[in-house]
Amino acid sequence: MSVRSIQQPDDDVAEAARGGVLLDVADLAVHFRTSRGVVRAVDGVSFTLQRGRTLGVVGESGSGKSVTSKAIMGLLPSSGRTTTGSIRYEGRELVGLDANGYRSLWGSELSMVFQDPMTSLNPVMKIGPQITESLRLNLGMDRQTAKETAIGLLEAVRIPAPEKRFNEYPGQLSGGMRQRVVIAVALACGPKLLFADEPTTALDVTVQAQILDLLADQQRDRFMAMVLVTHDLGVVAGRADEIAVMYAGRIVEKAPTRSLFTRMAMPYTEALLNSIPRLSDPSHTRLDAIGGAPPDLVSPPPGCAFAPRCRYAQDICRNERPPLVPRDDDPEHLFACFFPVDSEVALSIRNGGGTGVNLTPTEES
Amino acid sequence: MAGSGTAHLRDEALLRVENLTVEFPVPGSSARVQAVSNISFDVADGETLGLVGESGCGKSTTGKAILQLPAPTSGSVRFDGVEMTDQRGEALRALRPRLQMIFQDPISSLNPRRTVGQIVGEPLKIWKRGSAKEQAAKVDEVLRAVGVDPDAAADRRPHEFSGGQCQRISIARAVVTEPKIIICDEPVSALDVSVQAQVLNLLEEMKSRYGLTMIFIAHDLAVVKNVSDRIAVMYLGKMCEVSPPDALFAEPAHPYTRALISAIPHPDPEVPAENEWRLEGDLPSPLSPPSGCRFRTRCPQAQDVCTTAEPQLSAVGDPADGHWVACHFPLATPVAIR
Repeated sequence: MSVRSIQQPDDDVAEAARGGVLLDVADLAVHFRTSRGVVRAVDGVSFTLQRGRTLGVVGESGSGKSVTSKAIMGLLPSSGRTTTGSIRYEGRELVGLDANGYRSLWGSELSMVFQDPMTSLNPVMKIGPQITESLRLNLGMDRQTAKETAIGLLEAVRIPAPEKRFNEYPGQLSGGMRQRVVIAVALACGPKLLFADEPTTALDVTVQAQILDLLADQQRDRFMAMVLVTHDLGVVAGRADEIAVMYAGRIVEKAPTRSLFTRMAMPYTEALLNSIPRLSDPSHTRLDAIGGAPPDLVSPPPGCAFAPRCRYAQDICRNERPPLVPRDDDPEHLFACFFPVDSEVALSIRNGGGTGVNLTPTEES
Repeated sequence: MAGSGTAHLRDEALLRVENLTVEFPVPGSSARVQAVSNISFDVADGETLGLVGESGCGKSTTGKAILQLPAPTSGSVRFDGVEMTDQRGEALRALRPRLQMIFQDPISSLNPRRTVGQIVGEPLKIWKRGSAKEQAAKVDEVLRAVGVDPDAAADRRPHEFSGGQCQRISIARAVVTEPKIIICDEPVSALDVSVQAQVLNLLEEMKSRYGLTMIFIAHDLAVVKNVSDRIAVMYLGKMCEVSPPDALFAEPAHPYTRALISAIPHPDPEVPAENEWRLEGDLPSPLSPPSGCRFRTRCPQAQDVCTTAEPQLSAVGDPADGHWVACHFPLATPVAIR
């Protein structure tokens, strides 16, 4: 019996193949009350995700990317938190749903892979039971079927000798193997939407490539939608259908992947990309770092939150917040900037407008 | 892979590590595991040596063995004419201010109960460098040099700072004794890309400002390429390839180096992923490493000889180019850099 037929009845696949919106997030805001004041961790985020598609969410620490996914997953602590706006999953409103309401969604509808495979597995529980637990609870499988299914899942995530690993503890596995187990746990009940929050940040590059390939394969086989959260534009470049760049709790640019990389509009996206060291540059090339630090989310600046660090910022940027608007010639490409990277103001500053900032290296490499 | 051999060592070097082996006892058994097996390398004065490889390849252990933390099981570490492995007690302690280390996790490497001023000034107090006033002036100077405002920061504690700022403070603490060598163990891997770029630029500035020699340990090849003058690639306790960075990336001679390069995610969706060199599986257990070349179990072009004979480091082309590889079948095809 194949694993897939258990998780994804054929009608589901057929239904999924018809496409359509799986997740619709509108004007989502998550605020936390703290002793210093209200932290506006997520502040007006909207996006939709089609079935089977991948959205990459990119941003620095504190940009709100993880809080957004946890808010959708219903995993945020309730004390001191206010969530407003709307999260519609298959037409069902999730904002305001408590843990009891979420219980029927976790595992079989929504699932999550976390950054650190060691802390997301129970260290004193064998690997097998960590997978069968949700199979038995959510899908009502008997012990034997659950065990067979779990071994099938371990095989699907390419763990060698799955029968043997079934009875081992997480501490007996390497980091990459543990992350495979975490993925097997997340996939066990056939979710339609998987959140992968920095799934490879704790892993070596070689293992990172293996895990990203594995996620892509599983996603294709199961026609599952995925939200891939990362701080590394390199990770999402070849993996996401669409990318949302977040800064200070807001989406500042959102576009189909190709369009984002070829015609990026938001200076923040450009700066993020330029700060990555490139193999094509000779050694000791000075990196185009983004100066300063992200704003304090208790009292964000009045205008564009990126303005204090932006090489193109003008007076209006410091006073007025730019709305997220589509490009004139591409309704799918949204950005929030008064002077996008290819505007005349930006061009003249880049071409030596005397601002004293490092010039951008050319994109062609 | 990999390799032993000392043919690649140069005559003049500030630090010369020869036949370094580090073993650890295996809990609950009498066996010992070799984390580093008979490797040799050198670092010239003012040079940055990048040490790369996957987790478990022994790169951090190598860094610590240079500092005698703990002392290696066997082999020689010669620093500025002094054999480090022969030094004991006070003599070894007196060498310490000249060799400093920067760690991966900047927050846990700073004492949370001390203020930034105390943390950075402590080495000066321990070594009684100058009067209290001179010490305070020196702390101010290094904090300014790393881009932290001493007036605002000196009386605050590490938890009030971001990861990137804590790493700046760690760097200030490392340079305050005016060391000769700094060993940076994954100094930017816990940081965001934007902050990573700031810290890498800062390390380059510190290097020229204080005339430092550096060993830069990291798993990210693009980061290592950016800061290094030479790069040594390690695998399972052995040395695979040593080369100036440009040659290493343009013409990697070791299949493992080639695989590492192809695994780097590329920030451009138009560049197709390279699957030909994709590594499968994990590092073998160092408890029972493969015979012959240790990389052979994951090497796409391993032959019989690779199981029986351990390859030695030998020159790729002219030895004067400084490109050395330990492989029976080194690659000769240049790579189109992406």
